[in-house]
Amino acid sequence: MKPFKYLLLACLLLPFTLAGCADNRAHTQGVYLLIDTSGTYAEQVTKARKIINFLLANLNAGDSLAVAKVESKSFSEKDIIAKVTFDRRPSQANLEKRAFNKKIEAFANNVKGSAFTDITGGLIQAAEYLNEANPGYKTIIIFSDMQEELGKGTVRDFPIKLDGIRVMAVNVTKLNTDNLDPRRYLDRLAWWEKRVREAGATEWAVINDLEHLDKVVAPQ
Amino acid sequence: MNNFNSWLFWPDQVALSVLALFFLLTIFLYAARTPAHNVILALCNLVAHALRFTARWLLHTAEGLRQRNKSVLLAHGQDEVTSQVEREFERVTALVRKELGEYPALQRKVMDELTRIEEDYQKCGEVPPPSPEWVQALSAIANLKSGGEFSKKLLEDLHKSVQKVHDKTIAEYRRTYEGRHKILKNLMPVWRSVDKSVKNIDANMVNLNGNAKAIDVHMARYEEIRAKTDKSEHTLAISAFVQLGISSLVMLIAVGGAFINFKLIALPMSEMVGASDYLTNSLRTSDVAALVIVLMEASMGLFLLESLRITHLFPTMSSMNDQMRKRVMWAALILLLILASIESSLALMRDMLIADKAAMLHDLATVQPVVSDSLLTNIPMVGQMVMGFVLPFVLAFVAIPLEAVVYSLRTVAGVVIVMLMRALSFALRFTAMIFSRLGRILLGIYDITIVLPLMVERWVIGLRGFAPPAKPGKLTSGSAS
Repeated sequence: MKPFKYLLLACLLLPFTLAGCADNRAHTQGVYLLIDTSGTYAEQVTKARKIINFLLANLNAGDSLAVAKVESKSFSEKDIIAKVTFDRRPSQANLEKRAFNKKIEAFANNVKGSAFTDITGGLIQAAEYLNEANPGYKTIIIFSDMQEELGKGTVRDFPIKLDGIRVMAVNVTKLNTDNLDPRRYLDRLAWWEKRVREAGATEWAVINDLEHLDKVVAPQ
Repeated sequence: MNNFNSWLFWPDQVALSVLALFFLLTIFLYAARTPAHNVILALCNLVAHALRFTARWLLHTAEGLRQRNKSVLLAHGQDEVTSQVEREFERVTALVRKELGEYPALQRKVMDELTRIEEDYQKCGEVPPPSPEWVQALSAIANLKSGGEFSKKLLEDLHKSVQKVHDKTIAEYRRTYEGRHKILKNLMPVWRSVDKSVKNIDANMVNLNGNAKAIDVHMARYEEIRAKTDKSEHTLAISAFVQLGISSLVMLIAVGGAFINFKLIALPMSEMVGASDYLTNSLRTSDVAALVIVLMEASMGLFLLESLRITHLFPTMSSMNDQMRKRVMWAALILLLILASIESSLALMRDMLIADKAAMLHDLATVQPVVSDSLLTNIPMVGQMVMGFVLPFVLAFVAIPLEAVVYSLRTVAGVVIVMLMRALSFALRFTAMIFSRLGRILLGIYDITIVLPLMVERWVIGLRGFAPPAKPGKLTSGSAS
């Protein structure tokens, strides 16, 4: 009878033992979306909502999502519009997604353009958030024309750290000057790619067609 | 190239260097001919012997395994036939107890009915009308010579009396006939009853005859198995193969059912144990929980059928007393019902979760779709709930093919292993034969490379008139048979 008892006990404890072996965070995703609100680009916020809706539809329970705006000085928690780590239960996660969507809707209705564009500050803030949340897959989406314009006194010309983070530039619109000389656009993207890769990012991608957002979500 | 040059005595004269090398090599090979031949033959002999030994061992083991398989197969077949004979005897017993157990009563009934029929038949016998004795009296009176008026009057009176008696007799005669007809009419149900009873007995006898024939067939099989004939072994092995094929097919269908079952509850289980929890790097806790529930349902079904003595996978359960067995049966049934109810609820929850996610996606979409609240939208939900409740019970019946697979797989695996071992043994013997021949071939090849010194040797021996040297030792067991 005794061996049977031990066997039963072992069977009962097996799930807990196995649970101890697995790292649950390794399967979750963390996405930080930076929305450029400077100048005329603020008008593109409707497209940004499309990306947010895509993320809300595709992120699962346990994943993290944060949306922040890129302003004159973006290295600040104040720029985070909404952030959430979805509940482990799908039904609760759905409720949280609805609430998140409402916050974004409120932001989209009252968006104001800023004078400068501090993308680097936003990247540093995003990396900080993602490293704290520590999901399995970390992704930063930059919804911007990637034209950084820093205000007076804003220092960003130092190496940044984006170790283990995927960076996606989405809807990188062409400026009037880019149309005159396309090399400016290409050089700008090449500069950002170099900067991001040197910072330790695992992936760099540019997605201009919002119909192909599948790459934004990390493959599980 | 440098490597090749290092072998040349005179690198600038390649041909000469190669010739010198060839000459030296030939000398060396000729000098080492006898030991080299011995080594080649010894190696080939070694390999051939080792292979032949392994082949013999495999054949011997295969034979042992075949004998063991045969014993198990015959024992299993014997058990099977025994249970079939027992079942036939049970049928006969039931038939005799149910139908023929009442035979004395039936016989008494039939006899009573026959007696009644006979009595009634006697009653129905035609009673002849009273003999007309008055005809003699009438003749006597008619023969009177001096009758005159007196005799005429007497005859008239007689005529009247006779007429009266005749009418009375006819009426009586008709009344009697009417009574007989009534008796015959009342006999009809008795006849039918007797007919039915006799037909029943006849049918029972036919059934008994059928059972007796079946028992004869089983007994013949039993005797064959007892005699351990190859035919019975072959029949049982074929039967095991067929059983395995059919059971595997049914199991495959059951696996499909289990998969559907799993899909029904995997999503709602994530609501209970969390969607982002993983047991291992690729194993979701919710999936494992759903799988555990499905397996538990199958186990409960197994216990249920085991306690009903439909399957015999657990000897402990078969040997339980009836009271304990019934308790186990009720416990398994109740647990199965609970699990089926849980699954039905989970199926409902699954539908709700899907609907909730769809609603959320609709909320996110810019264009709101028209919400349909018709009966059609409820059909999948009801279907899922019904499936969730029914599938566990369907899965319970997997125990029957599972038992067949377990029993037949042993036989089939045994037969296949024996065949494989024999095939391997044949392959090894064949390889051993090749190696034993290979030794001679290698000796020939060796001699070809030193053909020039050998020719010289033969020439010298020929000049001196010596007998040729003895050939190197032959293969000690050259044949691979």
